[in-house]
Amino acid sequence: MTKKKDVLLKIRDLKIEGYSDETWVPIIKGVDLTLHRGEVMGLIGESGAGKSTIGAACMGYARDGTRISNGSIEFDGMELTTATEADRRMLRGSRIAYVAQSAAASFNPAHKIIDQHTEAPLQYRLKKRLEAQEDAMELYEKLRLPNPQEIGFRYPHQVSGGQLQRAMTAMAMSCRPDLIIFDEPTTALDVTTQIEVLAAIRDIVDEFNTAAIYITHDLAVVAQMADTIKVLLKGEEVEEAPTKEMLDNPQEEYTKSLWAVRSFESPQKQRPKDGVPLISVRHVDAAYTKGEKILDDVSFDIYEGMTVAVVGESGSGKSTTARVITGLLPPMKGEVLFKGTPFPPDYRNRTKDQLRQCQMIYQMADTALNPKLKISELIGRPAQFYGGLKGVALKNRVDALLDMIELEPSQYYNRYPTELSGGQKQRIGIARALAAEPSFIVCDEVTSALDQLVAEGILRLLDRLQRDLNLAYMFITHDLATVRSIADEVVVMQHGKVVEQGPKDDMFTPPHHPYTDLLLSSVPEMDPNWLTTLLEERGIDNVGDAAAARLDPKDPKLTGANA
Amino acid sequence: MGDILGLVAKRLGLGLVILLIISVIIFFMVELLPGDIAQAVLGQGATPENLAALRKEMGLDQPAIVRYLGWLKGAVMLDFGNSIVTGASVSETIGTRFANTLFLAAYAAAIAVPISIVLGVLVALARNSIFDRVANVATLTSISSPEFFLGYILILYLAVKTGMFPAIASLREGMDFGDLLYRTFLPALTLVLVVTAHMMRMTRAAIINLLASPYIEMARLKGTPPWKVIVKHALPNAWAPIINVVALNLAYLITGVVLVEVVFVYPGIGQALVDAVSKRDFPVVQACCLIFAATFILLNLAADVGAILTNPRLRHPK
Repeated sequence: MTKKKDVLLKIRDLKIEGYSDETWVPIIKGVDLTLHRGEVMGLIGESGAGKSTIGAACMGYARDGTRISNGSIEFDGMELTTATEADRRMLRGSRIAYVAQSAAASFNPAHKIIDQHTEAPLQYRLKKRLEAQEDAMELYEKLRLPNPQEIGFRYPHQVSGGQLQRAMTAMAMSCRPDLIIFDEPTTALDVTTQIEVLAAIRDIVDEFNTAAIYITHDLAVVAQMADTIKVLLKGEEVEEAPTKEMLDNPQEEYTKSLWAVRSFESPQKQRPKDGVPLISVRHVDAAYTKGEKILDDVSFDIYEGMTVAVVGESGSGKSTTARVITGLLPPMKGEVLFKGTPFPPDYRNRTKDQLRQCQMIYQMADTALNPKLKISELIGRPAQFYGGLKGVALKNRVDALLDMIELEPSQYYNRYPTELSGGQKQRIGIARALAAEPSFIVCDEVTSALDQLVAEGILRLLDRLQRDLNLAYMFITHDLATVRSIADEVVVMQHGKVVEQGPKDDMFTPPHHPYTDLLLSSVPEMDPNWLTTLLEERGIDNVGDAAAARLDPKDPKLTGANA
Repeated sequence: MGDILGLVAKRLGLGLVILLIISVIIFFMVELLPGDIAQAVLGQGATPENLAALRKEMGLDQPAIVRYLGWLKGAVMLDFGNSIVTGASVSETIGTRFANTLFLAAYAAAIAVPISIVLGVLVALARNSIFDRVANVATLTSISSPEFFLGYILILYLAVKTGMFPAIASLREGMDFGDLLYRTFLPALTLVLVVTAHMMRMTRAAIINLLASPYIEMARLKGTPPWKVIVKHALPNAWAPIINVVALNLAYLITGVVLVEVVFVYPGIGQALVDAVSKRDFPVVQACCLIFAATFILLNLAADVGAILTNPRLRHPK
């Protein structure tokens, strides 16, 4: 950190435009950026802030439908905006490399990992094929991928998401670039997997003294990775400062509001002393046709007006449980009780009133709303179907629902989902669920596709609706910060089993079940030394998949906690 | 790989079932044709005794289901009975005809498939350029014109006016292969013009559809040159739809070429079918229909298997 550094990348007054509705609209409105050799800069902001667009521009690349309209991008003395496309292409992969958000989608499914890894070195004639492969194996080993000699010869779908993300970091290193653009490299990963990827990235960037631009919306993550942080808002810079300073002493209001996001916490409610649970899941086993058992003896209760958060890694059976409750997947064994009486296992056998009681809100509001229907129809249909409303009564009901989700009825009544922002779409999803007048709503990762500020708005809305309408929520999430803010009770799932459950306060105070402990300790914290400390405490080989695998499923604490 | 063999066996079994159902449909549709076959064979002047004798000889006095089973048994062994008109074995008559059709189809496919895929890749690479538009318009024009019209135009310019190729694709015993290719060039070219547009446009669409994928952007950001992005990164993932459309067009080349055969007086199976229908030669009609159905089923099966084989997830299970 002390040695004198040369400027590697200098961006001045960068303006980028995107083509939409037949005109060019500004996306980036004049951003400056200076990056020195070996320096890691974090770019942070909500989606739509233009982080990824700037990341691509650092490579002299404008995505389809965008153009660099003004400014200069100077990489190691070469002006990229005026260089020929062939010259710019010569930099990509060799001197500037890119690590994408979803490695699973960014590796070509048709080729072996190592063939994709060696593509750039072979293209630039830096190495012979065998040399390049050996180098790849060395990098895989450095990134602590299992079986480094062999893993590259697999196809992308044969390797897990966290491993692929590390393989992609290795691929970016294949030509030993001067600069790597990391575009949300851990956003799609579970917290437990995220750690190993973060550790791997940090090590390799340190070792080769590579400069990096680290794009993310997660402050805690960027705090671990970056030397300096630049905050962006709607294509403009808000402020830039060294990481420590930025965390301790943000100057701008917007930055402070970002930092304060995790403050919302709904007061924890207690179960009624006596009373029947609204929804009771009893000893449920479930599997998809011919597949392995996904749920294994799952039992928990949800009381009226309370929020039960179901947490666990992807593949732990959270969404499957929701499918069993809503009747989309009849269980192999066990049953679901509603106020003490059994629900028919298949939704087709449920009465209209039983169907009305359980509604769902989905993770991707984009795909959950029919783009060809107006808002009034989207919300009106369930109101019509369950409530039998028509004409003026129906319109009034839709207006009331729009009011409830804090959208002005006259403005949104006749619009289509594509005209709305992500947060607004999610609100429409909520209104659609409310239209049926349910007593219980399954919220399946409803905030994980949203920016933190927007997500917080949704959480506050859900909390208010719960109080007003006495709703019970089953809140499926892998984000423990969300759990902390909205849950009353928590159910922790792993490999289709409930490993721990109880009131939220108990869950967040030790002693924990070992898996809960692993989940909790894997959530990044704002402290820039968090990752370093954690790795020192746990040891580099005891994070992520390795640590999860180390938990003995026959551990008495595992079965004992499942009461 | 065991999984794939199982899958193929399953598809093949399903194909056989479909073929069986189609054989039932064909047989009874022909049954439904109006008129008495014995009458048609013997003509108006036949005596009732003669008619009865002929019916007995042809087995027409048996119930339909018995005749169907007898026919099916023969068909399985490729014996479709004898022609009513000529009395010759149906298998022998249409066997050579079918071989001729297959040859013409293979000839046309050998030209059309590589050309359309290469063209498809090129227009995908140069999408929205002049080249893209010209190729699009040209191939669309050729697909939009009826094939007999195309055939006559080709005859006019390449046979009548310039005399480069023979206008009639007559085949003789003992022609050498080069001569064969030369004589059948015009019908083959007509077919090429008819099927190229479809396959080229599908190749283009399948590739362009993939260009928004993250792995394509990744390839670009690795500095991969544009042609390599298309050929190495997009094409291997676009095979499934391309193979399907190729199979459909191959099926067309075999079953839909009647008009071209008529224009060029080419002794293919399409002409045999048309002749047989007009002469009410029902064993020939049934045999031709069954062969067409089997062709369609086999080619679609081949397309399914091809699509499976090009999918790395199925080729290399976890």
